Amino acid sequence: MQKPILEVDGLKKYYDIKGGPLGRKVGEVKAVDDVSFMVMEGEILGIVGESGCGKSTTGKSILRLIEPTEGKVIFEDKDITNLKSEEMRKLRKDMQIIFQDPYASLNPRHTVEKIVGEPLLVHGMKSAKERQERVKELLEIVGLSPYHAKRYPHQFSGGQRQRIGIARALANNPKLIICDEPVSALDVSIQSQILNLMEELRDEFNLTYIFIAHDLSVVKHISDRIGVMYLGRMVELTDKDKLYDDPKHPYTQALLSAVPLPDPDLRKERLILTGDVPSPANPPSGCAFRTRCPHAMDICKEVRPEFYPVEDNHFVACHLYK
Amino acid sequence: MSDRILELKDLHTHFFTDSGEIPAVDGVSIKVHKGEVVGIVGESGSGKSVTSLSIMQLIPSPPGKIVSGEIDFKGENLAVASEKRMKKLRGNEISMIFQEPMTSLDPLFTIGNQLIEAIRLHQKITKKEARKKAINMLKLVGIPRADEVVNDYPHQLSGGMRQRVMIAMAMSCDPELLIADEPTTALDVTIQAQILDLMRSLNEKENTAILLITHDLGVVAEICDRVVVMYAGQVVEEGTMREILKDPQHPYSQGLINSLPKIHEKEQKLYSIPGVVPKPKMGRVGCNFAPRCEFAFERCFHENPDLYPLGNSRQSRCFLQDDGEGEVKKHAKADIGG
Repeated sequence: MQKPILEVDGLKKYYDIKGGPLGRKVGEVKAVDDVSFMVMEGEILGIVGESGCGKSTTGKSILRLIEPTEGKVIFEDKDITNLKSEEMRKLRKDMQIIFQDPYASLNPRHTVEKIVGEPLLVHGMKSAKERQERVKELLEIVGLSPYHAKRYPHQFSGGQRQRIGIARALANNPKLIICDEPVSALDVSIQSQILNLMEELRDEFNLTYIFIAHDLSVVKHISDRIGVMYLGRMVELTDKDKLYDDPKHPYTQALLSAVPLPDPDLRKERLILTGDVPSPANPPSGCAFRTRCPHAMDICKEVRPEFYPVEDNHFVACHLYK
Repeated sequence: MSDRILELKDLHTHFFTDSGEIPAVDGVSIKVHKGEVVGIVGESGSGKSVTSLSIMQLIPSPPGKIVSGEIDFKGENLAVASEKRMKKLRGNEISMIFQEPMTSLDPLFTIGNQLIEAIRLHQKITKKEARKKAINMLKLVGIPRADEVVNDYPHQLSGGMRQRVMIAMAMSCDPELLIADEPTTALDVTIQAQILDLMRSLNEKENTAILLITHDLGVVAEICDRVVVMYAGQVVEEGTMREILKDPQHPYSQGLINSLPKIHEKEQKLYSIPGVVPKPKMGRVGCNFAPRCEFAFERCFHENPDLYPLGNSRQSRCFLQDDGEGEVKKHAKADIGG
């Protein structure tokens, strides 16, 4: 479990803002701004953050569905950032993604058989019969029935569609699956079904997940380690229990205290943050969180805090721990 | 607690579609007292939003229609009130805020314009006074630089700020009842905490009763006094917030609470309710939840359970609560404990 399957090093994704009569570049949005982390084989790494923090962009940049501006992505000791698209396509057999919206990520004109079978065809399973067999097998793995293969996406509920999305991702026995908010569109009772399924699949097929979500209790439940992002930067990364028992970064502390708990006996002192997340087009100087931070000091304005380990396996980007 | 301001009595709201009649709200009775925060909890398709829209007579008609039942608002039956009367009540005595702060404000008018319009519609005051009041309301809901924001257009504000504006608008005529339909679902957790805090303080300061519709049991724990759990168009359980969250009686409420990942506990596997929420349909026989219920027995499939009173306005729609089924009940309880 100690071998890294994926290394992300200094990943950046800037979007240009064009303006003026000539459409010249007038600024840039730093959607992901220098993010580095490692994912070990067989682990589930959770990434949490609020909307606009760059967690989805990070996930898509790893697969190069979005071309990163700078930085390196190393998958199984191979730098994939400069691979040609043909080579990248072959590699995607091992890296798959599950999307948030099961209504938008399945082609409504294709049957389930075609949707789940397509990645098989693309990666060289030419025989239609073999594909049919494999699709049936996959549908059973994710808890659907083989007769569902002939149906269209609109005939399924949200939870079932998410199962189809998972079957499609599993088709070519990938090693790494990036799960981009896979349960946030689902009802509570369906959400727990899908979370359980994903855990079972991880154990059965020895998968590695990067699990992106905004719901902290979901991430806590499923992950081994968790990274917290704020305004395009990773601010804290550690084991899940450590993160919840001993959060170091003031943002993590505030985020955890803001989660409403479904238990009246667990009511705690809240740290209510004032204000909104600043615009990533014009982030504050120094530490991005300083405008909302209760512990902001002079240095926070001038120097961007480094992301470094304060304890074993516990990375934080904050001047408080220097 | 006789100062009841709203009482739904056996409300039935049906939709008449090409594929037949759909009983989206199927005999719902709910009471709201002065200054109380009542939560309606349920998953999508449970009829919680249709219930709240029925109160305001905002059901799109056709295809929707309140077919029977009473909506008693301070002695007046809103189910049969005229459109003219409803216009007077809406925004004045009963206000509503919606889930999507992006789509509930008109993008072509400034925040101030929209607030002033709402205020002047219900109160006979000059534009100047209304503007002053609008700025005061914005200050009340914690918007910084209120005297500048009043001239801004909705797109210039963030999601949390827009929801604050919606609340300011809803509160501007001192309503006695505020209906909030998933007010924080579209917001991030840190912003959600701010909005819940604001709603709680308005409830305490202005003594406004709140009917909160949500699917998030965490939000319920934060703010509600009493909770109604809905499933497939019916109320399945009712009780105080503590009773429902700590000691749920109906198998559906139990399942719902057990399916939540708990942040403070380590658990191996999540509990999950098998199957999906059924679509409401006419002339159903048996308990709606029976096909997914692990305690279901013969009777559940043949008879419709009533709401059994459990004392102190607590009730549960389950045969396990029927005295005749005492044996089963004990058996079931032991199972949950284990």
